Amino acid sequence: MFAPEIVIAAVINGLLTGAVYALVSVALTLVYGVLHIINFAHGAILTAAMFAAFFAEQAGVDPLIAVFGLAPLFFVLGYGAQRYIIGPASHGEDSNTLLVTLGLSILIENALLAAFGSDTRTIDVPYGFSTVDLGFVFLPAPRVIAFAVTCVTATLLWALLKKTDTGKAIRAVAKEKLGAALVGIDVAHVYAVTFGLGAACLAIAACVLLPSYYVQPRVGDAYVFVAFTVVVLGGMGSAPGAMIGGLFIGVVESLSGLYFGESLGQLGIFVIFILALLVRPTGLFGARA
Amino acid sequence: MTVSGARGMFSAYAPILVVAALLALTPLATSANTVLNAMVLALLVALAGQGWNILGGYGGQFSFGHAAFFGTGAYGTALLQARYGLNAYVAFAAAIGAGAAVGAAIGFLSFRSGLRGSYFALVTLAFAEVFRIVANASPFTGGAAGTLLKLDVAPGNFQFASRAIFFWIALALVTLVLILTRAIERSRFGAYLVAIRENESAAQALGIDTFKVKLQAITLSAAVTAAAGAFYAQYFLYVNADIAYGAAVSVEALLAPIIGGLGTAFGPLIGTLALHGLAEGAKALTGRIPGIDVALYGALVVLVIAFAPKGLRGLAARLGRGLSTRWAS
Repeated sequence: MFAPEIVIAAVINGLLTGAVYALVSVALTLVYGVLHIINFAHGAILTAAMFAAFFAEQAGVDPLIAVFGLAPLFFVLGYGAQRYIIGPASHGEDSNTLLVTLGLSILIENALLAAFGSDTRTIDVPYGFSTVDLGFVFLPAPRVIAFAVTCVTATLLWALLKKTDTGKAIRAVAKEKLGAALVGIDVAHVYAVTFGLGAACLAIAACVLLPSYYVQPRVGDAYVFVAFTVVVLGGMGSAPGAMIGGLFIGVVESLSGLYFGESLGQLGIFVIFILALLVRPTGLFGARA
Repeated sequence: MTVSGARGMFSAYAPILVVAALLALTPLATSANTVLNAMVLALLVALAGQGWNILGGYGGQFSFGHAAFFGTGAYGTALLQARYGLNAYVAFAAAIGAGAAVGAAIGFLSFRSGLRGSYFALVTLAFAEVFRIVANASPFTGGAAGTLLKLDVAPGNFQFASRAIFFWIALALVTLVLILTRAIERSRFGAYLVAIRENESAAQALGIDTFKVKLQAITLSAAVTAAAGAFYAQYFLYVNADIAYGAAVSVEALLAPIIGGLGTAFGPLIGTLALHGLAEGAKALTGRIPGIDVALYGALVVLVIAFAPKGLRGLAARLGRGLSTRWAS
């Protein structure tokens, strides 16, 4: 057995990792909630954003500054991708959307591979090795920053969805697409805005991940599997579910890594995933499908 | 729909035999090992795609984890020979059975829970990943180092010096599944499957036992894809977790039928030949930049779904019709 301090440290570390999972998952669940489709390009967009953040840093811009440029940029890219590629190509069929996003994901990942090779790249930031002392445990500064940024982003997103007209339109389309169209909401526009918001969240996640992680053309895959789990666990389309699910999975991963070792710790996530899908596919917080 | 009698039989199966006979001539046209090797690989992917097509194309259940079946076939044949010294042909058959059993188990769990659409795609993806992680960690499967088969070239060991023989065996398997698929198309089971794809609730209301039909479809689908995996292991005499259970396998198995034409017998074969032709062309033009061929696959998927939702086969049929109407007028 481990000493309580080690277990508590593992839990806190898990929460920090979980916050980034939560951010990636909120983006996925938002898109699912409105478009009713799993976006298989999610991981590839995250990877692309991490490359963008990487090259911004190479050009001398810290990721925490670059985020203010990259988030709007990815919003525009996401908006365009949904409005001009995914939407028209799918002919309104869900199964087509699934395959188009898969095709985009293959395209983006391998275009990055062709352009930059499969090397693993890291960056050095001044705060890369700083720590935050909580008295009984030292926490790496980049991950504390990631945690804080996630909380801010989630709050902003919540305010956007609850307080603005755009947010109202998004929620209306999520609930009842036809009804929303009948009262004059431009559904194609709302789909694209939602997709853009998802991509912007991924850009933010990329900027806070990069200082303590690496970038490589397949790096998004690991996160996207976790995000699928979180989204299913939290209930597809439920933003609070994705937040809580993300933190929970972070802690589970950290603790199972502590008790079972790194490679089998990964297995824990998939077992939870399959059980959640089989036993309660509507998730812990999801509405009935 | 189905034309009965001898003429119907002829028009249904004759094209398959003609295509198979023409492809069988390839080794006579070239003896270059690289060409034959590429053809064997293409046929393997086509076979895996044919398996996917039974469940995904005809039944409308999009699996994103057919690697679970491919890998079970590959590891099955490799482990039964390497660990238990089984005869290669017996191991091959047993591996197909193991793949079918995995298919039935995953199908039972997923369909019993009523998973459809995105949910079914996700759960199959997760099962394949679980297999990959376990195969990568377990000493029984050789861990990350994988499992090697002993090189002992003899027809009795399912090992041949000539690639042409492997090519013909792969072609025979593909042809067999073409015939099987055509037979499914013409059967009551096939009609049930298509009914489920078009509208599952309606199919159920008409009294079709949708659970049973889907379960049969995934079992058959898994068996075919497992055969592709078993053949892979036998051809390369090596498997590891990323090759056998990697996501790339699942993606290739579903791309081929989608590009070629979902729910058509020839779709997977046409799709594979188109994809591999495109990849080889891209490699020749760009000088083997890694990833460029697969990036093109991705672009092609988007284009095909946007402009030819019925795949290349549907596109060809549409063009043919367009020409013939112009001819007539």
